[in-house]
Amino acid sequence: MGRTFVGMPPFPVAAQAALADTTLRRNLAHATATIRAKRAGVVAEVEDWEDLRVQAAAVKDATLDHLGEHLLTLEASLTARGVRVHWARDAAEACRLVGDIALGHGLEEVVKVKSMTTAEIGLNEALAERGVAAWETDLAELIVQLGEDLPSHILVPAIHRGRAEIREIFRARMAAAGRPAPADLSDEPAELAAAARLHLREKFLRARMAVSGANFAVAESGTLVVVESEGNGRMCLTLPEVLVSVVGIEKVVPTWEDLDLFLRLLPRSSTGERMNPYTSTWSGVTPGDGPQEVHVVLLDNGRTRALAEREGRQVLRCIRCSACLNVCPVYERVGGHAYGSVYPGPIGAILNPLLHGVGSDPATDALPYASTLCGACAQVCPVGIDIPGLLVRERVAVVDAHRRDPRPKAEALAMRAGAWGLGDARRMGLAERASGLVGRLPLGRRMPGGRRGLSWLPFPGSRWTGARDLPAPPRESFRQWWSRTGRDEGHRP
Amino acid sequence: MRVAVMATCLGDALFPEVPRATVRLLRRLGVEVEVPPEQTCCGQPMVNTGYLEEAVPLVRRTVEAFAGVDAVVVPSGSCAGSVRHQHRLVAQRAGDGALQEAVADLAPRTYELSELLVDVLGVTDVGASFPHRVTYHPTCHSLRMLGVGDRPWRLLSAVAGIDLVALPQAGECCGFGGTFAVKNAEVSVAMGADKARHVRETGAEVLVAGDASCLMHVGGLLSRQRAGVRTMHLAEVLATTADDAAGVV
Repeated sequence: MGRTFVGMPPFPVAAQAALADTTLRRNLAHATATIRAKRAGVVAEVEDWEDLRVQAAAVKDATLDHLGEHLLTLEASLTARGVRVHWARDAAEACRLVGDIALGHGLEEVVKVKSMTTAEIGLNEALAERGVAAWETDLAELIVQLGEDLPSHILVPAIHRGRAEIREIFRARMAAAGRPAPADLSDEPAELAAAARLHLREKFLRARMAVSGANFAVAESGTLVVVESEGNGRMCLTLPEVLVSVVGIEKVVPTWEDLDLFLRLLPRSSTGERMNPYTSTWSGVTPGDGPQEVHVVLLDNGRTRALAEREGRQVLRCIRCSACLNVCPVYERVGGHAYGSVYPGPIGAILNPLLHGVGSDPATDALPYASTLCGACAQVCPVGIDIPGLLVRERVAVVDAHRRDPRPKAEALAMRAGAWGLGDARRMGLAERASGLVGRLPLGRRMPGGRRGLSWLPFPGSRWTGARDLPAPPRESFRQWWSRTGRDEGHRP
Repeated sequence: MRVAVMATCLGDALFPEVPRATVRLLRRLGVEVEVPPEQTCCGQPMVNTGYLEEAVPLVRRTVEAFAGVDAVVVPSGSCAGSVRHQHRLVAQRAGDGALQEAVADLAPRTYELSELLVDVLGVTDVGASFPHRVTYHPTCHSLRMLGVGDRPWRLLSAVAGIDLVALPQAGECCGFGGTFAVKNAEVSVAMGADKARHVRETGAEVLVAGDASCLMHVGGLLSRQRAGVRTMHLAEVLATTADDAAGVV
């Protein structure tokens, strides 16, 4: 256990390794195509889907505009209902708080509800360092944890795994973590799920403390909400005596009416279901029923940094549905690990730079470039985040952060040279005449249709010609043609 | 009606047949065509790579070159998208009020080719003839940034003799993505390989799209594969008439 994304190579390098993993490619293509089709089907059923998206964006924006007030309301409501509220500036503070609670009760283990926020802060690793085992109870998280693997998707962290791989992980690793998998375990989904159920049931019955995140936190009533499919989350939320929830400060919604909107948008966007099987809500402590000691850790960890960005703050609308991952053609081919974060895909490519800032970490700086700007993500985002627009803005932020570097990158020099060459029609015309001379040479071979094409260029042109032919320059540019004949062309009878 | 052609830097320098076809097509439809000589590049390669500062002089040049014309036609979804949706960002960066006004003035006068033909000129049958098996790839920026919808398909459907076949998973990106094609060349090629496979599944002889850049990418792959499929810009097909030698513009 304890693998982290720290120290992984930047996206372009990591992506090459992922592309070469044929099992990963097949698993991802199959899984994303399936979820895409399911989502498209259930979204098409909702007549006012576009209105819902606009409303959801408006609610989130209005909440973010007055985030401080809503958080204080949330804190007051939670406190009134017997919840101990903690504030954490960053991952280390949040992890320390959770660890202190576990150790304060003398515990050596906790069970966990699937939670992106606790993955973001590296809670499991931090707890392990203090001698507390954190058991993941979501099926896909369990597969990742037992496999000493890393999550590759927000909703389906083991999306890169096929059933045969999962069987091998269960057979090899379950025994060390608790109840072993049956010796004759097959790769039938029902058998795999049954093995996980028996393995986890022991942990649910034994656990005295659970850790969760929250999909939403309703300020007016101090209610936390977890949306899930398996019911394992509800086991964690109801059985142990102590419950600690780590909640990003952007998860607050003012009222139950607002919550209704998001509960309609999330399942259809996320799992492609009309409604998710389990929606758990809890408002503090109820004597004699469920956890009797309830904590909420409200986490910043870069969120106020993103909030300070005029355009960038819309990234905090995100409800972690992962629809953008499932439609992203880049994600589909490389999977989540290449992004080097628990938040992969299009949303990760903007969220990580906005949370952590750019200019210091090459892996973060590479993320906004991990996209063709095709815009498929923006079409499915249930809260209307302009992901392509923010990708461009974060690219600008990366470039600006490096403007004072003592040694500019080759790319920066090329862009400056390009902008100079294209900055004036006369200079561009001269360049075209020079390339026209090259075009007169009998270079390369005939491409389909007859035009000459180049199959080899020295670096950096080889980045193109490695797999693609490139048309040789034409003898005459459009500019030259226009000044020679264009004024008359087409006026023939 | 007078229309100014924005050749685009790629069209001017590497694919002159595309703006030439645009000129020919529009003249055939009775449009008075201008080609402002001061135009160069809209700045999109810089903007999309994050070099906003470097794009400022290019945006300035573009708005100056096209000042005062009734309408601008761009045979490229992504360059039209750049003028309509990105120049504002560049002008903001420049902090130049006059440039912001000029950008806001140019955007609504700028049309992608299929938009100009269908919405402004009101034609879908442009009198073209192209007796070949053709498939059409809707490029991302024309489809999702501009929202040209089925206009190109309607224009192609009206071409005499054409055998137009639908492309499987047509709406998925080809993987070009501007500098993405070299910064993340491997992913770009992996995406392009799937696009090329779908093109080959159609049995088409010609792949048509509204962006020379995307065609350069998919066409480069098809050429390397010796696939026997050529690429043509929408303008080239629409400019071809029964009088032309088949397929040669």
